[in-house]
Amino acid sequence: MSDLTKLTLEAALAGLKAKEFSSVEITKAHIDACMEAADLNAFITTDFTNALKSAEKSDAKLAKGEGGALEGAPLGIKDLFCTENVKTTAGSKILGDFKPQYESTVTANMKRDGMVMLGKLNMDEFAMGSSNETSAFGPVVNPWRKGKGEDLVPGGSSGGSASAVAANMCLGATATDTGGSIRQPASFTGTVGVKPTYGRCSRWGVVAFASSLDQAGPITRTVKDSAIMLQSMAGYDPKDSTSINKPMPDLSAACGKSIKGMKIGIPKEYTMDGMPREIEDLWQQGIKWLESCGAEIVHVSLPHTKYALPAYYIVAPAEASSNLARYDGMRYGERVEGANLYDTYERTRAEGFGKEVRRRIMMGTYVLSAGYYDAYYLQAQKVRTKIADDFKRAWEKCDALLTPTCPSAAFAVGRKLNDPVTMYLNDIFTVTANLAGLPAMSVPAALDNNGLPLGLQIIGRALDEETVFAASSALESCANFTEKPNKWWK
Amino acid sequence: MFTAKRIADQKHWLSGRDHDWEVIIGLEVHAQVASKSKLFSGAATEYGAEPNTQVSLVDAAMPGMLPVVNEFCIEQAVRTGLGLSAKINLYSRFDRKNYFYPDLPQGYQISQFEFPIVGEGEIEIEPEDGEAVIVGIERLHLEQDAGKSIHDLSPDDTFVDLNRSGVCLMEIVSKPDMRSPEEASAYVEKLRGIVRALGTCDGDMEKGNLRADVNVSVRKPGGELGTRCEIKNVNSMRFIRQAINYEARRQIDILESGGEIDQETRLFDNAKGETRTMRSKEDAHDYRYFPDPDLLPINITQAFVDGIKADLPELPDARKARFVADYGIPAYDAGILTADKAKGDFYERLVSAEGAKNRDAKIAANWMMGDLFGALNKANIDLDDSPVNSDALGELLDLIGDKTISGKIAKDVFEKMFAGEGGADEIVERDGLKQVTDMGAIEKMVGNVIDANPDQAAKVADNPRLIGFFVGQVMKSSGGKANPQAVNEILRKKLGL
Repeated sequence: MSDLTKLTLEAALAGLKAKEFSSVEITKAHIDACMEAADLNAFITTDFTNALKSAEKSDAKLAKGEGGALEGAPLGIKDLFCTENVKTTAGSKILGDFKPQYESTVTANMKRDGMVMLGKLNMDEFAMGSSNETSAFGPVVNPWRKGKGEDLVPGGSSGGSASAVAANMCLGATATDTGGSIRQPASFTGTVGVKPTYGRCSRWGVVAFASSLDQAGPITRTVKDSAIMLQSMAGYDPKDSTSINKPMPDLSAACGKSIKGMKIGIPKEYTMDGMPREIEDLWQQGIKWLESCGAEIVHVSLPHTKYALPAYYIVAPAEASSNLARYDGMRYGERVEGANLYDTYERTRAEGFGKEVRRRIMMGTYVLSAGYYDAYYLQAQKVRTKIADDFKRAWEKCDALLTPTCPSAAFAVGRKLNDPVTMYLNDIFTVTANLAGLPAMSVPAALDNNGLPLGLQIIGRALDEETVFAASSALESCANFTEKPNKWWK
Repeated sequence: MFTAKRIADQKHWLSGRDHDWEVIIGLEVHAQVASKSKLFSGAATEYGAEPNTQVSLVDAAMPGMLPVVNEFCIEQAVRTGLGLSAKINLYSRFDRKNYFYPDLPQGYQISQFEFPIVGEGEIEIEPEDGEAVIVGIERLHLEQDAGKSIHDLSPDDTFVDLNRSGVCLMEIVSKPDMRSPEEASAYVEKLRGIVRALGTCDGDMEKGNLRADVNVSVRKPGGELGTRCEIKNVNSMRFIRQAINYEARRQIDILESGGEIDQETRLFDNAKGETRTMRSKEDAHDYRYFPDPDLLPINITQAFVDGIKADLPELPDARKARFVADYGIPAYDAGILTADKAKGDFYERLVSAEGAKNRDAKIAANWMMGDLFGALNKANIDLDDSPVNSDALGELLDLIGDKTISGKIAKDVFEKMFAGEGGADEIVERDGLKQVTDMGAIEKMVGNVIDANPDQAAKVADNPRLIGFFVGQVMKSSGGKANPQAVNEILRKKLGL
């Protein structure tokens, strides 16, 4: 039965439809895989009992030839999505045993389409981190290792999602991306991760980190699987004022579509001091692959790229400092009683939030303070406009951009935890798409000399997921990345 | 240095040790938008519900919840802006005002800081004791109300009711254009009349649906502006005047004893009639305003504004002019009767209802402003709940009009009507109050009175003013029912005047 965990989502859905196996069977196989891989710490909460119940319901539907686009497929949900009656933590202690009485729009869409939810996946606390080490529930371990070496991080903040997908614990997982939190862990774990255009996936019911940047998307093992999942997750939602009311193109159809004549831009600014040679080489390889598929390569400049990371680390913490004010111990979650109201606030928040979250709240509070607002927040917003303009100019010359996803492969647990600036550099190639609201995807492309996966990133025009999927799919075919991590955890 | 141009009328100057003082007042009025649901959620806004029964997930700031603007509220803000002759901003934006308090679940209030929906405007006020004054409107913006902290249910605990959390308020900010407590309350009265006429706010101050933050400073008449203090949440016209009087005097006392005014936020103690410190400048919050990233900017079109404009009801000033022109009543009366929509509607029903053709407009106005408002005030009843409605009062006016009863008897009848004893016809019939117009009967009564007072009758030729005595006696003997004009005529004839 364990073979069933090796299937792609696409193959599993086809097998379910053809009644080659049941949803209960494939769900059980994944539950076993989850239990075997407990050491990876990918889940915060498992919900296997209910998963089997939904699998039975899916089987009943499938038996009648009914069912939605995800019918019977066991999937994982990042613990940032509120799920009705299932504990939702956002990777933080402060929410305690919070069980929402509501379902996020994205997970509701997936349930409508027949998803079987295995549980809630580990993540950096409030999605703040690039290594999954800031989780109050312990770090997630990357299934990939250098030889028999030390534990590596899976990236973050969607580290649980990436590890679970890479280790065949689920057929796919939801994730969220504020500065790279889908694409960087995808790159670190040899998986595919997509951040769609801002507004494609409703933010309703997703615990907010930085509202103007947060966007949900899938992590899967293939580009096609991402197409299937994103098609279900996305959609206009009147409950989110920033939701986009435009039809999503047929993403599955976009996969495998010819990219002949497509213009691929290579931004010269996407390189960094100290970046491993292998990443530079892989980027060149990617260019050749796309050329071999008939794409035309053009060199473009995105001159304000160097300001993206500083601007991001002003805007995101500013919004977060305000978004996280509601965790005050008054209505839900943990409360630490103090001598008076303000003492209670301080104790609750000092004990409830971890170090990185506290750091970002303080940065955000600082940049919004009277006298600093203009110099930081307002300036960062101007930079944001400049970055969006850079992209607009690039789209006059090309249809999509090819860049590395990250400046490095996965690193060891603990190595960068106490060096926030180095940690923040992980986002350097991914934040621009968030700041400009553009769709972007990381595709696994090769292993480095240490045997660790590296990803390449495709960035597209706003609302042009079709091109992003077509280019990514071409890249995926050329790269033919079939390596899997050794199951050392079994 | 900025000096506010207008100098108060001397009669409003406050006397001081070395020189007089002038008080400068600006107001921030919070008017609750008359909307069935909240500004960013579908929860109900009805007053008086059980605590925490009108709270949506958004109002309680549950994780992942997002605000969606209630377009009805946007429309009401525009309508109000037009009623204040103010500039409507086609682009406006919601910002977050960040601070921690248990009755503020999000940890921020969604408000409009940098780009309010309504800009500058003005209204004309007519304080009872002075000339008309133009008060400038600085801006009107939309914001969420907070919940309510209840401190007096338990000695140790504070309870929080979130029913108000997220209710839509319009904050209407005046320029510092008022110079006396009377002007300030006249301004609020006028504003209240306008929003009620527009239907954008019910103006109910007792329920807190209209309340004012009062900014007060004092200066040498015409001199540089002083440091101001803000008195929060004053919720009646009388308290507004009291608070200003107290606060101005407090500031003068400090300045005259060589002190300085601390810019601070103060509370008004209704019971003691005093203001006291709530927050000093050092404790002032840094609200860290920034645009709310959960909401898109509000872009409205001129066509939308024009549509609302075309649909505006008659406003108090226009109605006042019409009352003067159409009913021929004095401007003063028209002003009082149109200050509030309910009053104007009552009056119009009284004088222009079916069958009201013969009612005298001035007499009708007098009855409303005198007896009716007097009785309502005394009983502390709203006009809308008056036990004597416009039909009932009209019935009484008709009895005066056709001389069935005298004006004097009518006052007694009114009191009985107000006490719930029945309609005017009914009471007059029951108590036999119909005016006696039978000349024979009156002649008889006059004869009796003259016969009973021979001494006075003899003197009347020399002192014609004694006729008043005879009139009084005859009226008394008729129980007030004799027609006074007829009595007068017959007396003059019989006494040979």
